[in-house]
Amino acid sequence: MKEVLILSGKGGTGKTSIIGSFADLAENKIMVDCDVDASDLHLLLAPRPTEEHDFVSGVKARVEADKCNACGMCLEICQFESITMEDTAIISELACEGCGVCAHFCPEEAIILDKNHCGSWYISDTDYGPLVHAQLFAGEENSGKLVSHIKNQAKQLAEASNTDLILIDGAPGVGCPVIASLSNVDLVVVITEPTLSGKHDLERILDLTDHFKIPALVCINKWDIHPGMSTEIETACSKRNVDLLGKIPFDTTVVDCQIQGVPVTKDKTSPAGNAIRDVWTKLQKTINSLDDQVSVDGSIAGLQLPQAK
Amino acid sequence: MQIAVASGKGGTGKTTISTSLALSADTDVQYLDCDVEEPNGHIFLKPELTYSETCWVTIPKLDESRCTACGKCRDICNFNAIAQFGETVMMFPEMCHSCLGCFRVCEEDALLEDRREIGVLESGMAGNIEFVHGRVRIGEAMGIPLLKAVKKKAAPEKLIILDAPPGTSCPFVESINDADYVILVTEPTPFGLHDLKLAVTVLKNFNIPGGIIINRSDLGDDRVQRYCEAEQIPILMEIPFQRSIAEGYARGQNLVDIVPELRDDFRDLLEKLALQTAK
Repeated sequence: MKEVLILSGKGGTGKTSIIGSFADLAENKIMVDCDVDASDLHLLLAPRPTEEHDFVSGVKARVEADKCNACGMCLEICQFESITMEDTAIISELACEGCGVCAHFCPEEAIILDKNHCGSWYISDTDYGPLVHAQLFAGEENSGKLVSHIKNQAKQLAEASNTDLILIDGAPGVGCPVIASLSNVDLVVVITEPTLSGKHDLERILDLTDHFKIPALVCINKWDIHPGMSTEIETACSKRNVDLLGKIPFDTTVVDCQIQGVPVTKDKTSPAGNAIRDVWTKLQKTINSLDDQVSVDGSIAGLQLPQAK
Repeated sequence: MQIAVASGKGGTGKTTISTSLALSADTDVQYLDCDVEEPNGHIFLKPELTYSETCWVTIPKLDESRCTACGKCRDICNFNAIAQFGETVMMFPEMCHSCLGCFRVCEEDALLEDRREIGVLESGMAGNIEFVHGRVRIGEAMGIPLLKAVKKKAAPEKLIILDAPPGTSCPFVESINDADYVILVTEPTPFGLHDLKLAVTVLKNFNIPGGIIINRSDLGDDRVQRYCEAEQIPILMEIPFQRSIAEGYARGQNLVDIVPELRDDFRDLLEKLALQTAK
């Protein structure tokens, strides 16, 4: 079984539109949406949830007003500026990181640690195969833990059902949810765009995949918005020994299909859809070649493994 | 006045809008790039960075000669950063949230203060704009302390424009929670609308006034407009897709240099928001 993760660094480069199309093209796979705070893949795959679960993680501190004598101990201890003092201590639920140190040291035992229900996660059927997805409640933390949780669920599901491939939609950025989504991944596909911002963020995401020694491939979306910048990105990739998976043209049928709620590959006349089909064919070959064991020099069937920093 | 520019969905044009506002302002202005994971404001404002500081957090380091393996530090740590197997205590510094609880419970003085680099904060001037951003260290999962350090540079006497990271979780909240007004930038697509609704939920929870800018307003449908009407959220501006804007953006050109007449629109918007937040 192989795990392939789609990342971008910069948001809005087309991760979800492209993985939605891969879901349409790939056989025997499970999809996971690891962008748990702004997940959109379900808008293309029209999931029918078969399981819904609460996600409870960590704790939040709460003051029992009748026990608090406003001594100020918790205010002094809290490292997260989450406590203010009025007649009693008041803890901001949003600023509280759930370390519990205030509750441990409160001389009046006036601070309660409540379990934190911070989201929901689902296993769904779609016309394209199973989808494991989640919604972190707006404004919550713990996105990394929820990402790890649904990835584990998908893995169990894949093992139980003899599935070959897990396709994972990642979050933007290089932080907590992205790092959580990288664990156990066999291959990262970075979707970028031909802009200075796209190039800048691509370099950072490739630094991250290097850091964790995970092979990465690059795909340039909307490449013809600026062909010169696309060439610059191609040059930057070859300097880093990162293979280019393909280029997808700017095409408004991507938005049209999104509005209809289907992957763009469903429109057989769409230039972007056809380009994604070519990208998928190439990606599939790479995934199949990953079945070969990693050789002694660290390269996987011609894929150059990046050096650790 | 502090204006945060946020979105929910990534790539809708937060940086384009926040840099345009900063460049159009008549008053003293400060631009804080709060997207410490993937900061892009410097690509457009091209500041001369004259100041740099490393952001650290405090983490524990075990002095084995003093440790009695009493288990108190492991018990208080809620983040699995301290584990104990028999008499062996192990530290996982990358999991540490720097709550300092372990230092407080250790009775043997067996924990020494160590530190972990979160990233680098840089600042300087971009013309008349005071510019601050942070870059999280690659591999660091917790960017919030760096984001807080960027926000601490806020100069209240100036107009502060905060460029927020995408998403609706903790980095987004940390970027907007002190703002007088939040501009949510969206695109008129199902993805844009879905993530906009999540961002609006957070603004409502915080009771922060906000309005919408619809970018690439002709590439999609009218569901965002209808949603804003139903929820009585003001649409502050609509910017249609133009190939010249996309091409200029690709090269790091500012929107208000590509379409100079927009400068007046952004200036008017700032005046309007100043009046509104002064009330």
